[in-house]
Amino acid sequence: MGKTKIIAETGAGQHGVATATACALFGMECEVYMGAEDVRRQKPNVDRMRLLGATVVPVTSGSGTLKDAMNEALRAWVAKAETHFYIIGTVAGPHPYPAMVRDFQSVIGEELRWQLEAFEGAGRLPDTLIACIGGGSNAMGLFHPFLDDEEVEIIGVEAAGHGVDTDQHAASLAGGRPGILHGNRTYLLQNDDGQITEAHSISAGLDYPGIGPEHAWLRDSGRVRYESATDTEALEAFALCSRLEGIIPALEPSHALAYTGKIIADLPADHIVVMNLCGRGDKDLEAVLPLLDEMGLLEV
Amino acid sequence: MSYTSARLQKLFDNLQQSERGGLGIFVTAGDPDRQTSLAILKGLPAAGADMIELGMPFSDPMADGPSIQAASLRALNNGASLASTLEILTAFRADDQVTPVVLMGYYNPIYSYGVDAFLSAAIDAGADGLIIVDLPPEEDNELCIPALDRGLPFVRLATPTTNDQRLPAVLKNTSGFVYYVSITGITGTAAVPRDLAAAAVKRLKKHTDLPVAVGFGIKTAEDVAAITSVADAAIVGSAVVEQIRDSLDPSGQATNATVENVLSFVATLATGTQRSAPAG
Repeated sequence: MGKTKIIAETGAGQHGVATATACALFGMECEVYMGAEDVRRQKPNVDRMRLLGATVVPVTSGSGTLKDAMNEALRAWVAKAETHFYIIGTVAGPHPYPAMVRDFQSVIGEELRWQLEAFEGAGRLPDTLIACIGGGSNAMGLFHPFLDDEEVEIIGVEAAGHGVDTDQHAASLAGGRPGILHGNRTYLLQNDDGQITEAHSISAGLDYPGIGPEHAWLRDSGRVRYESATDTEALEAFALCSRLEGIIPALEPSHALAYTGKIIADLPADHIVVMNLCGRGDKDLEAVLPLLDEMGLLEV
Repeated sequence: MSYTSARLQKLFDNLQQSERGGLGIFVTAGDPDRQTSLAILKGLPAAGADMIELGMPFSDPMADGPSIQAASLRALNNGASLASTLEILTAFRADDQVTPVVLMGYYNPIYSYGVDAFLSAAIDAGADGLIIVDLPPEEDNELCIPALDRGLPFVRLATPTTNDQRLPAVLKNTSGFVYYVSITGITGTAAVPRDLAAAAVKRLKKHTDLPVAVGFGIKTAEDVAAITSVADAAIVGSAVVEQIRDSLDPSGQATNATVENVLSFVATLATGTQRSAPAG
């Protein structure tokens, strides 16, 4: 394609770190657009990106979160399209990005299929798949290879923020309606005039007022069930997983963990649930620890 | 088939006859507030605007630089909506049946309003065309074709990265005029050199008989003169809304100077449109 420089946007910084890593390997210039609020609350990932040689551009417009980072990345890209390629971090954006990102992320579901076969024998499918959804890339990567296996139950978990019945959440399927943003038609949080409203989630990676258009379709077709978990539920799951499993999960999959915790006790012992733990929580400690302390979930 | 509003057709015919280029002025509807915005609109033709590009405020204006982003937010914060934009246009049309007004914006507020309802309301209000920057030709069935079916021109943007292969698709359902984005990038950036603009307009004219207006990055009377020497019209946006911004009081509200600042700036820009040689 002849493009030698890379643009990306990031919410939690996971996609930014991944892109910066690839750029370091290939010796390509990399600029990552990130909401100023996210730069603050995901500082360890900002440090990683800078260490890897990427330029992190804080975006102050709007709420200074993922939506605004995407606006600014698109603005930067149209000015530099001759030399720069835009690596979008989620299954959204203009065609063919949602399909491209889905296909790349599908290594997650493909690998799950191989692993299950190795451990459980040929033909054993998972019974339930669970993943958190902001734009929905990790979820689409897990779900997509199993969409045609109708016996597999698939659940996406949106970020309910302070609750989907408040105006402080990021659950665009539960609380939004169809619209057009960033080159795709999907469910969006918006007011009566079609102005996009600001999302809220404690998790930077889920703090987005839209969702990948394929998720919108999977919801309308009924193939995937979409649930949600609040900030508080995610924080509790964050603490519980750390304590029980010795794994500090990122705040994003902590939403999926919270929902998993709600259903798992009632399932038979041979029911295989696979939840995508799509990030580690070191990046969240600074923001989360004071909150866990307030909630009484930390050892003194 | 070609659809051109009577007002646009008349404007470009007149411009050609008088051998001068036109001046299009962009303002965001409702910026900084409804009353001031309407006063600015009403004053624009006398100040020298041949055509008005009326921005429909949107929360996420992806094609716009900081100046027009801020204009959109000022309007929205003061209660602007798609409905109030059309009301402002209706009020403008009560006094002015001559100056073409093209509505510029993003698809979501229109989609939310309802395409059919919007087209009826826009035509009733006296709109002469639509520029919707986030609807590519691949999505012409959404709004472009319905607009053309109602006789409302759909003006499409061509850019330096719209190559000769892509250009026919971009121009296919374009009507009224072609809006050439002189730079690769968003609104409000640096002006393009005149020879590049001339070459670009020449390239476009090989593909279309429509008038070509050039916008993005045009800020001064000199820029207007340079562009109108090679194109049918120049459109100035960011530099105009910066006049609004610079006239506001510390709380961001309009002052006595707001309308006057904008109109005198537009009058200065209009001095750039006088030329003796036709576009070529």
